[in-house]
Amino acid sequence: MAGSNKTNITPPRWLLAELTYKCPLQCPYCSNPLDYAKHSDEISTEDWKQVLSQARKMGAVQLGFSGGEPLTRPDLPELVKHARDLGYYSNLITSGYGLDEEKIIELKEAGLDHIQVSIQASSKDLNDHLAGTKSFEHKQEVARLVKKHGYPMVLCVVIHRENIHQMPEILAMAEELGADYLELANTQYYGWAHANRDQLLPTQEQFEKAEKIAQDFKKTVEGKMKIYYVVPDFYENRPKACMNGWGTTFLTIAPDGVALPCHSARELPGLECPSVTEHSISEIWHDSKAFNFFRGNEWMQEPCKSCDEKDKDFGGCRCQAYLLTGDMYKTDPVCSKSPDRQVIQDALGSARESALSADEKPLIFRNSKNSKLFD
Amino acid sequence: MSIKPDQKIQFSPMHRLQWEEAQQKDVILYPEGMVELNQSSAEILKLCDGSRDLDQIVVDLEEKFSTTGLKNDITSFLDVALNNGWIQQN
Repeated sequence: MAGSNKTNITPPRWLLAELTYKCPLQCPYCSNPLDYAKHSDEISTEDWKQVLSQARKMGAVQLGFSGGEPLTRPDLPELVKHARDLGYYSNLITSGYGLDEEKIIELKEAGLDHIQVSIQASSKDLNDHLAGTKSFEHKQEVARLVKKHGYPMVLCVVIHRENIHQMPEILAMAEELGADYLELANTQYYGWAHANRDQLLPTQEQFEKAEKIAQDFKKTVEGKMKIYYVVPDFYENRPKACMNGWGTTFLTIAPDGVALPCHSARELPGLECPSVTEHSISEIWHDSKAFNFFRGNEWMQEPCKSCDEKDKDFGGCRCQAYLLTGDMYKTDPVCSKSPDRQVIQDALGSARESALSADEKPLIFRNSKNSKLFD
Repeated sequence: MSIKPDQKIQFSPMHRLQWEEAQQKDVILYPEGMVELNQSSAEILKLCDGSRDLDQIVVDLEEKFSTTGLKNDITSFLDVALNNGWIQQN
């Protein structure tokens, strides 16, 4: 394995519980694996309770219930209650599909702390097109109900070329709905977004214009709405400090019980990601091959190895290095010091060409039928 | 924004203040974030329960720690807390 330095292992703080890959929506930028259809097993309620208890004991405190659509799990309120009893601060990351007032009250009583509702666009037509299902009006209603029942309301909008022109309307919608937090998440190009990159990656001009609008807006709502702006790293010169460093803070559990150092790590070869049905969270975190693989900086190659910024960005994202260069040990090609930076320029050029072309390829929507094509 | 001396101070219902056994410290939890508190900050925030104004908080803490002259430090911390949305005044 690449990293074997087990000293100074910090405990997990954030647990992402991907309860299921099932989802009624078909967003073409979904972060689930392309071949999710073959991982259709789901661990039991009791298994999840064990995971929550063990991770909490180690120090995990922020908890995200995610998916897929976590509301498709009928045991969600039971898991929320268990999490609250353990002292987690829990977040439901949802499309809003299947959420009604009764459920919102039930989850609140079970101890859910906040709800993050995703909306795909500021207009009905585009939202419903991107989601692959009629959902716009219901999502707006859900956002209002979340607010009504005293949850902090977090609105999440994933930004890409299909909706980036709507930035002013997206911001106005967030204000009108009374969002306490607005996450403007520029698409990260993994999973389905990687497959649809030519159709989703905005041009530099689009990105700069939208960013300026968002930054100006941020000042006008200071003290009322907090904005999390997730940068599109293809337009940066330095990579993101992915996962705050491998195996330092974040723990993801996939629907089938596979433990992942990040939610895309399943795509990396040879990690042998362990299952919670066979190992305790403590064993997984401290001793597994996967969680030690890129811990520390022993694994690094040049230019990371001798770089004075390596403790700041940890060499960037391993999944991105693998997806774009075929070598997961390489410097994240987003870095201007990377000898592979050209692959980013090529991606930007290719997307630009697609944007200007008269007969653009259609988006590949995230559904089981398409997933089986990637098997 | 700064603390109004004549109004009661309460902890924000949109945040949670809790003791973390694993970290041996109090933390503030909110969507997507966590702030780790030192002991004095935590002691101040625990008194922000909607029943005290600034002067009452100062009196209670000076009494608890048998000391005087805390008002400036407490005021500046509460201003920071207010601007971060951790506390509120009606």
